[in-house]
Amino acid sequence: MSKQLLSWNRYPRLCAAQIHAISNRLAHLPNAESSMLAYGNGRSYGDVCLNQDGCLLMTRYLDRFINFDSDSGILRCESGVTLEKILSIIVPKGWFLPSTPGTRYVTIGGALANDVHGKNHHSVGTFGHHIRSFELLRSDGQRLECTPSKNSEYFHATIGGLGLTGLVTWVEIQLAPIRSPWMHVESKSFPNLKEFWSINQQYEAEWPYTVAWVDCLAQNKQRGRGIFFSARHASMEDAFPCFKENSWRIPVTPPISLVNNLSVRVFNEIYYRNPNRPNSKLTHYIPYFYPLDKIKNWNRIYGRKGFLQYQCVLPHESAEAAIDSLLEIISKNGQGSFLAVLKTFGNRASLGMLSFARPGVTLALDFPNHGERTLRLLDSLDFVVKEAGGALYPAKDSRMSGEMFQCGFPEWESFMKFIDPKFSSSFWRRVTQ
Amino acid sequence: MNELKKVVIFGATSAIAEHAARDLIDRGASLFCVGRDQGKLEVIVTDLKIRNSTSQRIEGYVADLMDTEGHSQILKVAEETLGGIDAALVCYGTLPDQKRCESSFSMARDAIDVNAISVISLLTELANKFESQKRGVIAVVSSVAGDRGRQSNYVYGAAKGMVSIFMQGLRNRLAKHGVSVVTIKPGFVDTPMTEGFDKSSILWTKPEKISKGLVNAMESGKSCVYLPGFWRWIMLLIRCIPEGLFKRLSL
Repeated sequence: MSKQLLSWNRYPRLCAAQIHAISNRLAHLPNAESSMLAYGNGRSYGDVCLNQDGCLLMTRYLDRFINFDSDSGILRCESGVTLEKILSIIVPKGWFLPSTPGTRYVTIGGALANDVHGKNHHSVGTFGHHIRSFELLRSDGQRLECTPSKNSEYFHATIGGLGLTGLVTWVEIQLAPIRSPWMHVESKSFPNLKEFWSINQQYEAEWPYTVAWVDCLAQNKQRGRGIFFSARHASMEDAFPCFKENSWRIPVTPPISLVNNLSVRVFNEIYYRNPNRPNSKLTHYIPYFYPLDKIKNWNRIYGRKGFLQYQCVLPHESAEAAIDSLLEIISKNGQGSFLAVLKTFGNRASLGMLSFARPGVTLALDFPNHGERTLRLLDSLDFVVKEAGGALYPAKDSRMSGEMFQCGFPEWESFMKFIDPKFSSSFWRRVTQ
Repeated sequence: MNELKKVVIFGATSAIAEHAARDLIDRGASLFCVGRDQGKLEVIVTDLKIRNSTSQRIEGYVADLMDTEGHSQILKVAEETLGGIDAALVCYGTLPDQKRCESSFSMARDAIDVNAISVISLLTELANKFESQKRGVIAVVSSVAGDRGRQSNYVYGAAKGMVSIFMQGLRNRLAKHGVSVVTIKPGFVDTPMTEGFDKSSILWTKPEKISKGLVNAMESGKSCVYLPGFWRWIMLLIRCIPEGLFKRLSL
């Protein structure tokens, strides 16, 4: 009866039986006939935010600020507030998000539930490390205020808990001070993975933000070539002109994916060899952190069938060999990934029982959905990841097996007792039943 | 361009009003927000204060607008708080269950009291105030449902139609006094008031889209605005259908 809500990669297409908008955080949860799950801004991939035949609690109108202390940088707001709105209020007052994913259109509730990470993971940990407290509304009417010391079991279950422990009504975080909305960014190309490891080690020690783009279609000697980006918040004030973001949108969904082997190959060649890329420059924080936000619905370029994301983390000891094999499989298979991102996680243990980030190296990829062919490729990547003792990111998964999930998240069984009896998701049923 | 520096909002906890308040703040307005539910009003006023980056004033005021006796007092407090009033936005209502109204006159009367009678009381106070100060904007959120009676919601439609026609007369009366009287006619808006409807058709709009058009219309002093604009043509078509045919349709 209601509009079908999709996740960002538009696959799988699952229909909820009911969509209920939540706009009053003081009210009880609705008396739904089926299981419930919060749906924020629909920016996660796969089915982690979907609940087939169940009830989705739409939180986009749960979007009020509750408190902002601009002296201490403590912010409390409802769970449906997007990071974009938070930034628009805190940046002029000299504060920034302590950790941010690659789009600012996620809600703070979604950032908590997926315990997201950013390019500064090696220096500050995940989003969850900066959460001071939140309120968890359970289907039995209980309101649990959770902090690291109060209701701490629920605190650790809910951070990264994929929305299954109840509805988070508000979140309080500690912001990070900045002196300018601009970023000082350096870039450096590397010809192969070996070079990447050495650059990465050197830059991580000095830069709070690091990330690398990898040309995943380059074969043989060039395999693993890419560009390394490091950044820090600029320290000077008022020295830069005002920034105006121009955005554009993809007007229609093309019948087939515009991202294909040829277009990726051409793009990668030009991007890697771009002679105009400056080694060092000042960039506003919006294009630095959120380059894809400029294209309002970039997910459409993958066509009607959508696309699949693939993000794994591999422990340090097996990472070098495993990443080399992953890139080998992809480049030989010839199904290009437009966005191939490589980054090392720091050693700070994540707070959530089901948090994805852990010490090691993470590789993020995306593939146009070509049905069986793509699923087979991802299965072969799974094999490498599992052998290496790695795990896949639930927030970006549409297809991993239950076994793959349970290997990567050994606490899943002890997590079960914190699930609200009236909450569930398509993802959870897929990987545990 | 009308000045919108000091604005009173009646029904500040409704979804359209809440988004209009955010847009008004962005344009530098101080707000006096009147709402019935104290809990909800506090949540919204606190939020608006944090969104407000400068020293604009934002105050909440709890009142039940069904109590028409109290209307002049609310206006007095608003005027004292803001130091004058540039504009008033009347933005509240209920969507009654048509079927139940058919079997219960008292339900129908309640719906008309909320959606029309209390609004007309407020408009009477506002009109006299703005007429004497010779400027100002009165904006009321009516509905496309008030353009023609239909079997599916004619009680709500009759109330909104009464407001629209009252506003027409008021506009005619106040035009020579420099007061803008703005009737807003939204189509289907995805808000808690319309919870439970099938919102899959493209005719549904989000409240933040409506509020932008609403604030623009207040600023430019438009007379009657359909939001989104395509509803003007849909309603023109619906009004043109001869009654002999219309009565057999189920729209």
